[in-house]
Amino acid sequence: MQTPTTVDQLSLKQSAEIVAIDWTAISETEGRRLRALGIDEGVAVEKLHKGMFGLNDPIALRVGRMMIAVRKAHAQAISVQPVAATIAA
Amino acid sequence: MTKAAPLIVLAGNPNAGKSALFNALTGARQKIANYPGVTVERKSGGFDLADGRPAELVDLPGSYSLDPTSPDEEVTRSVIMGLQEGERKPDAIILVLDAANLDNHLRFALEVIALGQPVIVALNMMDLAERDGLVLDPAKLEAALGVPVLPTVAVRRRGLDALSTALESRLQQSTPAVEPVVGKLRDHGLRKQAKQIANQAIVSETAGRRWSERADGLFLHPFIGPVILFAILFVMFQAVFAWSEAPIGWIESAGEWAAAAVETNMAPGFLRDFIIEGAIGGVGSVVVFLPQILILFLFILILEASGYMTRAAFIMDRMMASVGLSGRSFIPLLSSFACAIPGIMATRSISDPRDRLTTILVAPLMTCAARLPVYAIIIGAFIPPTAVGPGIGLQGLVLFGLYVFGIVGAMIVALVLRSTVTKGPNSGFLMEMPKYQLPRPRDLLIGLWQRAWIFLRRAGTIIFAATVVLWLLLTFPKVPEDSAMSQVDYSAAGRITNVIAPIVKPIGFDRDIALALIPAMAAREVAVAALATTYAIDAPDEEAEAKSLTERLQSRWSLPTALAFLAWFVFAPQCISTIAVTRRETNGWKWPTFMLVYLFVLAYGAAGITYWSAVALGL
Repeated sequence: MQTPTTVDQLSLKQSAEIVAIDWTAISETEGRRLRALGIDEGVAVEKLHKGMFGLNDPIALRVGRMMIAVRKAHAQAISVQPVAATIAA
Repeated sequence: MTKAAPLIVLAGNPNAGKSALFNALTGARQKIANYPGVTVERKSGGFDLADGRPAELVDLPGSYSLDPTSPDEEVTRSVIMGLQEGERKPDAIILVLDAANLDNHLRFALEVIALGQPVIVALNMMDLAERDGLVLDPAKLEAALGVPVLPTVAVRRRGLDALSTALESRLQQSTPAVEPVVGKLRDHGLRKQAKQIANQAIVSETAGRRWSERADGLFLHPFIGPVILFAILFVMFQAVFAWSEAPIGWIESAGEWAAAAVETNMAPGFLRDFIIEGAIGGVGSVVVFLPQILILFLFILILEASGYMTRAAFIMDRMMASVGLSGRSFIPLLSSFACAIPGIMATRSISDPRDRLTTILVAPLMTCAARLPVYAIIIGAFIPPTAVGPGIGLQGLVLFGLYVFGIVGAMIVALVLRSTVTKGPNSGFLMEMPKYQLPRPRDLLIGLWQRAWIFLRRAGTIIFAATVVLWLLLTFPKVPEDSAMSQVDYSAAGRITNVIAPIVKPIGFDRDIALALIPAMAAREVAVAALATTYAIDAPDEEAEAKSLTERLQSRWSLPTALAFLAWFVFAPQCISTIAVTRRETNGWKWPTFMLVYLFVLAYGAAGITYWSAVALGL
């Protein structure tokens, strides 16, 4: 369970820490927006919801005390280290 | 300071409670306009400082960063920096922060404070933070930021006096009270610093009640969520019809009373005819739909204020992505059900330009409230009010079908546009979903009043003018006593229509309909007023004139024609305001022209197919 993975691969309610983001897979504006919404290296996230009919797109993440919707394409660019405990806000 | 009215701006992240604070400080004294050259709303209002001096307050668009990623954020940035055309440099900035979301909101706050302008911080929604199990120390935050920090609960008007006093004393100082404590930091560093300061200010933090999350367990459930969404939309459209019956009756009675009063008190003649048939008849038949428009707006305002709208976007994103749009387009498109104008204006929150353009171009396909009068009168006249199931009437079902028709049309058009004229890589979907909130009745009322006013102003100006012009065109020149021609055929409008009539004849439209299409260019709902005016003038005697428009339609139109007319209005771009707002939003005539042409082609095709199929089926 503790092997690094990407956000789209996380199971629901799973907390993780962002270890790396592949900024080259994301446009410059979207990268800025991602960071503005608090998604960045070193941040704790938790996967909260999947999209309609259980499709893994979009994905709702807890970031701090916010809930952020991201698409699968972005989630795949976000590498995380799953953590066992609940959120570290 | 000798300035009469200092300019104070409210800035902060989206969902920080800026608008609630704005409403609490200014009350109903608000003005909504646009910044020159751009299409970002400028919301301003007056309020009194602690010493009684009047000040002007401007509610800036919510921003995540001074590094703009949308036109909204661009305006916020230039106003704060004093670079916005048509706006003075602010005398002070009130930064609104959500107390429960400090580390994220401090990012933007730190950027603004770093500019060294007079800033005070409103630490808003303190009550919700406490309910969330978060205890904050404003004094520690003040020390860390170096600017005054005032705890507020805008929706309960708590902390407003202290805020006003702090603002007043801040305005007295001519230079920044405290040297900026942060340097120019970007992105990563900024976030770390925000986090650090937030941690200093947080006294204690417990899990607290997370009812908002439990609600999302239901509303964002992969299967129950979409069912709830469509149930809400279905109830919304049924309510538009069911709840509006009584108020529509009142407006109709008022119109009849006014017409009767004019009839008894005025001498017969041109002016009396004009007032009764042109003014009261024409405008009255449009104002009668105000209740339906307000009900629709009430639903949309509640969905927006409660935070549910973003959940709807989340649920719909996958589907919108399949036609090359994003869930972000869902909100503007849903608003377009009320009116394409606020819908098109709401596309400003879409950061991707191709996404935005596509959304603007398909927005008129969403059945706006102005089409309701047209649909309502035709459905009422031609579709029997039978029940097809418990609580489901055939009329409501047909109406629902027309909405679906528009949505499907929009999806196909979007797909085609995304692979042709707005071709490009698929954009992302990044959106904050705020906590659920109980909508404040006061904020809803202010919103409803603004919508009602916009509609009535339209009814009083564009629609009134169009109705009057049509009435004049229909009344003059007067048909000679000995002529065999009817007044309609002899009139100026009748002669113009002779040109259009052959074009629309193949799709089942007769001359009267062709005639109604001319003034309906001003606004779709005028079609109803135009038909009413046409048939009122054409009536051979008093008795026929007394027949309602519904009865007249039933006796003159075939069912295929009625259905074709409905199909026409699903697509027809008959609204000058929409064209105007598209021109403004796209900065040129290219896209509105494109929109006009493609929509007319679609309308003609849809009406034609409907008419020919209905005739072939023997309806």
